[in-house]
Amino acid sequence: MSGELHGVIVAPGERLDQRVEAKAPYIAEVNGVKVATTVGIVSQREGKSVFIPLKGVYVPEPGHVVIGLVESIGVSSWGVDINSPYQAVLAAQDFLGRPFNPAVDDLSRFLKVGDYVKAKVAAFDKTRSPLLSVQGEGLGRIISGVIVEVPPAKIPRVIGKRRSMVEAIEAKTGCSVFPAVNGRVHIDCPSRELEVIAVLAVKLIDREAHRVGLTEKVIRFIEDERRARGV
Amino acid sequence: MSITPFKMPVIPLIKKQAYLNLYEKGLREDGRRLDKPRNIEVKVGVLDKAEGSALVKLGNTQVLVGVKAEVGQPFKDTPDQGVLVVHAENVPLASPIFEPGPPDENAIELSRVVDRSLREVRAVDLESLVIRPGEKVWNLWVDIYVLDHDGNLFDASMLAVMAALETTTLKDYEELETGEILVKRDSPGAKLKINHRVVTVTTAKIGNYIIVDPNFEEEIIADYRLVLAFDENMRIVGAQKTGSGGMTLKDFKTALKISKEVAQIYFKALEQTPK
Amino acid sequence: MGGGAKATLIREDGLRHDGRRPEELRPIRMQVGVLANASGSAIVEYGKTRVLAAVYGPREPYQRFMVLPDRAILRVRYHMAPFSTSERKSPAPSRREIELSKVIREALEDVVLLSEYPRTAIDVYVEVLQADGGTRVAGVTAASLALADAGVPMKALVAGVAVGKVGGVLVLDVDELEDSHGEADMPVAAAPDIGLVTMFQLNGVLSEDELDRGLSMALTAIEKIVSIEKEALKRKFEAIGEEV
Repeated sequence: MSGELHGVIVAPGERLDQRVEAKAPYIAEVNGVKVATTVGIVSQREGKSVFIPLKGVYVPEPGHVVIGLVESIGVSSWGVDINSPYQAVLAAQDFLGRPFNPAVDDLSRFLKVGDYVKAKVAAFDKTRSPLLSVQGEGLGRIISGVIVEVPPAKIPRVIGKRRSMVEAIEAKTGCSVFPAVNGRVHIDCPSRELEVIAVLAVKLIDREAHRVGLTEKVIRFIEDERRARGV
Repeated sequence: MSITPFKMPVIPLIKKQAYLNLYEKGLREDGRRLDKPRNIEVKVGVLDKAEGSALVKLGNTQVLVGVKAEVGQPFKDTPDQGVLVVHAENVPLASPIFEPGPPDENAIELSRVVDRSLREVRAVDLESLVIRPGEKVWNLWVDIYVLDHDGNLFDASMLAVMAALETTTLKDYEELETGEILVKRDSPGAKLKINHRVVTVTTAKIGNYIIVDPNFEEEIIADYRLVLAFDENMRIVGAQKTGSGGMTLKDFKTALKISKEVAQIYFKALEQTPK
Repeated sequence: MGGGAKATLIREDGLRHDGRRPEELRPIRMQVGVLANASGSAIVEYGKTRVLAAVYGPREPYQRFMVLPDRAILRVRYHMAPFSTSERKSPAPSRREIELSKVIREALEDVVLLSEYPRTAIDVYVEVLQADGGTRVAGVTAASLALADAGVPMKALVAGVAVGKVGGVLVLDVDELEDSHGEADMPVAAAPDIGLVTMFQLNGVLSEDELDRGLSMALTAIEKIVSIEKEALKRKFEAIGEEV
């Protein structure tokens, strides 16, 4: 059965205490009063009152590491869906790490429509399309594993306090788990059976993101599943 | 599908500020006070082929209305009433923002607000339009033709429609043995029976101010407009908030108060129209 | 409007034809998150009136010219299903539906934080499944819930209700019979948390005093409907755990 709520649920337009902390746009000042702009939970964290949105729209910020889905191929760049209102651009020159010659290089040889890439948001300010870069440790085309989608607002729960949730899943399944801020979780496992269990564990977090005692519940879930499935 | 307007002309920010600075002193760009409409000119009988017509100038805004009366069938659910149809056309020659094509949501809204304001109070005596109940009635086609758009099409159109209807004549006719109705085109005819005189008054909320009879630029910088329709007994016979902004109850009351006074000015303009 | 059925609309005991008191709403039901594909969705019932709303976006529109540089645009379609009325309604958009799409869009624009998503479009689709009066105001309520369910940030929730005048009496939440035989129908939507009326129309004849009283009746009811909206939203998120 479910645990108790992690805090108090509030709806858009409901007044929040002036001390409640939240990022824009999840809070707005209307006529001098602080109000929630999305459905969320007001929760006590280390002596502070914080507002955690339960649903939101992912907006990229420079520095974010995201998982993108290649949607289109242009002359010198790829169009990449990053689960945001804005389609991102990955320049061929950046991906190849060298000057790019459209007469010689066929972009579809490197990244096809339907490929996933792990990339860093290099630049974005809402006036232009977000620019991606794969220059950096662990970035580039994703060649194995699966991607699970969860609402971007729930990614912090998949990560857990000081990475506790990710580490618990990794330790109990032996999989590598990478939750990207844009709501896509990359799971790469030693076996197909373990992959199924890790995916179910992430979906469990999605469903119960705002309940207390979730980490313990997830650990118990993985242990039970492994026992039941004999893996 | 209704879409947020995305190609409206840009009003320079300093111009908006200039408007607001004037409002603070209680004035408009053309020297008007906030609660005064522009100059009103009403001319009737301007079209020979229409049974009723009027040209209204409200400042630089010009609206032409023609009323055509034709013999036709009544609606099934109202066999004892004639038919009144109001249609508005934003003619492309009237403004750079108008384009050829079927009426857009603004033209449809305009005609429907005018239509409702006439219909609900029974401004036109539809019963008097019956020739043979359930079979033959007069159909009145009221066509609003916007010729020059400098704001406040609602009030200008309503004035023109009212003036045109008040001067509409229904020709004499003869019932033939076949049951057909023969309209005598050259007959003097009889005046259309009007039960109530209706005007609409449009106010706009700009910054912290409520102004009446906005011009085109004022409409663009306005948060919203409030259209209130009145009959000669000062009953409210129609209303529509138009535009994206929300309205406080306090602003509504201020707008209602201003509108009631301006309605008198419009009624007087109709009253004094040479017929 | 007008017509002969007035006598039956207000009964001798002062109640309405369906037994409601003048200031009584029909039973209101709401459910959030009813469609899998949409970013957000809701179904709302005012008595027999049933309206479904779905939100897609914010997203970059296919027609890339159809954007604003400093804010998102809202695209709203109010539509009645062919089977929603007694006589089949043609699915082609009528003049009435075009006007109502506009007034519903304008009822929402001031509460959605559109400036958060420049160059994008937020699509709101309102489908009337069953029409028994008050479809546009139930539509605004459903659209507001669907936007909140989609996680689109809003300054406040919006809800709507229609006030009517039947047999000389002001009544709340008119149904189809009251709408077609009454003397006035006044659809109102508002965001009570921020004190704004966002939709206001009058179809009919009222004195200034009736207009005043009708508007306050509507605003009182809207506060109640918004609190039902908040419950529906919270219920969705609270209930999730129980299903597991």
